Amino acid sequence: MNFELTLERQMMQDSLRRFLSDRYTTQMRNGILDSDAGFSADIWAQLADLGILGALFAEEQGGYGGAGFDIAVVFEELGRAGVVEPLLDSAILGGGLISALGSADQQKLVEQVIEGSLHLAFAHGEPASRYDLQHVETTASQQGDAVTLNGCKAVVVNAEAAGYLITSAREFGAPRDEAGISLFLVPKDAPGLSMRGYPLLAGGRAAEVALDKVTLPVTARLGGAGAGYPVIAERAAAASVALAAETLGAMETATALTRDYLQTRQQFGRPIGSFQALQHRMADLLIELTQARSAVINAAGHLSAAPRLRDLHISAARNLVARVGRLVAEESIQLHGGIAMTQDYALAHIAKRIVMAEHRFGDADYHLETFIDLTA
Amino acid sequence: MDLNYSVEEQAFRAELRLFLAEKLPPEMADAVREGRGLGKEDYERWHAILNQRGWLAPNWPREFGGCEWSAVQRHIFEEECARAHAPRIVPFGLSMLAPVLQKFGSKAQQDHYLPRILSGQDWWCQGYSEPGAGSDLASLKTKALRDGDHYVVNGQKTWTTLGQHANWIFCLVRTDPTVKQQAGISFLLIDMDTPGIEVRPIILLDGSAEVNEVWFSDVRVPVENLVGVENKGWTYAKYLLTHERTNIAGVGFSQAGLAAVKRLARSQQHRGRPLIENPHFAARVARVEIDLMAMSTTNLRIVSAAAKGQAPGVESSMLKVKGTLIRQEINDLARRAAGVYAMPFASEAVLGSNEAPIGPDGTAAVAAQYFNNRKLSIFGGSNEIQRNIIAKVKLGGER
Repeated sequence: MNFELTLERQMMQDSLRRFLSDRYTTQMRNGILDSDAGFSADIWAQLADLGILGALFAEEQGGYGGAGFDIAVVFEELGRAGVVEPLLDSAILGGGLISALGSADQQKLVEQVIEGSLHLAFAHGEPASRYDLQHVETTASQQGDAVTLNGCKAVVVNAEAAGYLITSAREFGAPRDEAGISLFLVPKDAPGLSMRGYPLLAGGRAAEVALDKVTLPVTARLGGAGAGYPVIAERAAAASVALAAETLGAMETATALTRDYLQTRQQFGRPIGSFQALQHRMADLLIELTQARSAVINAAGHLSAAPRLRDLHISAARNLVARVGRLVAEESIQLHGGIAMTQDYALAHIAKRIVMAEHRFGDADYHLETFIDLTA
Repeated sequence: MDLNYSVEEQAFRAELRLFLAEKLPPEMADAVREGRGLGKEDYERWHAILNQRGWLAPNWPREFGGCEWSAVQRHIFEEECARAHAPRIVPFGLSMLAPVLQKFGSKAQQDHYLPRILSGQDWWCQGYSEPGAGSDLASLKTKALRDGDHYVVNGQKTWTTLGQHANWIFCLVRTDPTVKQQAGISFLLIDMDTPGIEVRPIILLDGSAEVNEVWFSDVRVPVENLVGVENKGWTYAKYLLTHERTNIAGVGFSQAGLAAVKRLARSQQHRGRPLIENPHFAARVARVEIDLMAMSTTNLRIVSAAAKGQAPGVESSMLKVKGTLIRQEINDLARRAAGVYAMPFASEAVLGSNEAPIGPDGTAAVAAQYFNNRKLSIFGGSNEIQRNIIAKVKLGGER
């Protein structure tokens, strides 16, 4: 057993943590949150220069990482700083799907993602699909060398900034079949594609996307017809590792802020941290945080395992991290009192990141059910 | 024991329902149901509608123009208003300041201020909290020094709810710094238009701006604005707080919230079936519903006892803790029921415009409400303070 990071990952963690603690201050982040773009192009370019996007791809994909632990290390640091930049969407999801399925020509887009010049979005979820990956009602019909897409996509994160939307559509089967789902590279300006953009509560932007007879050459398909599901499931698992690790990092920040506050805030003539009732609650948070770190390690370490084993660890981690996340966010706010309710105080944003992470790729209940299905 | 409402109480409920169906403007009910922020004119309009019917002051004695309803009637009123998605009645003048003036104020103060509260001429806000004195209220520092016929007030109040709309503020101020903390506090009425007062909004984590900081620099307040006796303000403050804590259980809000969660869960699909049929989600909804049924009765037991003249003590602390936990759990369930549609930020701008909100009906504000209602367990004496009170009464010893 060895729970130490490799030297390379240790160095990446150090440089990313240093960069973010220098540059990604609360004041700067609040400026980004208020901006129309919802993220900072400047920070994005610097993250690319630091090689952080490259760390999310394997060597054969043009990167130098891509494993579960690379994703976990990067996203824990992003979570620690409350970063809203769309690394999940452009790299883990968009870039990851292209690397897994794309032709040699399509793979060239991954180079642009790694160098920071191209944004991507994953247009998969639909108004009725909730968190189910196989629920796709959007249709794709092929006629000769052309494919036509029709349907609606819900809460497509980073859609407005993306050059391409990696869009899922059903070529055959019923709406909830695993077989029959294909992925297509849809240029954002494709005729028939329209979007309604809006800000997200925890930062960044998303859009409702409508596909009305969007016609593409058949070469826009990623991989084989109707064979997209296993890769979608694999990337959703990678996204879950990223989200769990990001939440872990954010929880580290929330508990650190809370610990500092308990030591400094005076009530009834002494620091509130001297009250045993509050000490015990802080102790509980630290116990749960330790558990959450172990769950993230389990998930990251099993990302490349066989699907069943992989998903069991992913769902265990997502369920546990979601439960601990709610506890940490709510207790951190409560132990701070009113100040934590104010937008200018760092904890407000961090708490929102923690809680809202649960709404991507399955909440605590969803992953509890998946875990039961896999272990019953 | 009789768990049924009396014939008179049932008739009262029917009368209320009819009134709400006729008089509550539908667009106002929609705004409340969807969790949209209300503007000053909305509150004033609802205030005027209730005043016209004579139902604005359920807790006031008749001699001052109140309804003098029983505790059970007040409970029914709260329940029906919540069910109909009526706006909340801004409580600062009506149910906080007014009881203090009625019990401790001078005849002149009663004659001047009480009718203006009913007519809506004055909008009061509360000047209790300070940055350094949250739950430790007695450590407040805002000082008022006597200078001839005036007090000169300097200091800062915070968490002043809807203070941006108010033209008057009732404040706790320190008039004697040399004595024990609780002994040197006075209760002062201050015109917000007096020079030296500045109101600054505090933006909360859900983007709303319902609370404020209020700064006082050399604000001159006439001595006739002192309520009761100088340095006895702590007594009045405690009296006010017992009134603030009536209705603290928020049973009506929870019932309305639970109904909304069920509505949403019926319309949302989860793994190909309505979410309401999902055993994990259904179990959590059922658990909170069972808690709420019991709390509703706990609440009625306490209000009935209060109606018979027993002052609610530790029981109101119990209602505060349990009531807020239940409301917050319902907010959490609503957020989960919304699924991915909890993610969009339902800004005032989007909701205030003619554009349809993002996502299915009833999802737009659930996450913002979840975050905003974290305040329930913090304000009005945090749940930690309430637990201290319960433990102190039940266990004795130092707190």
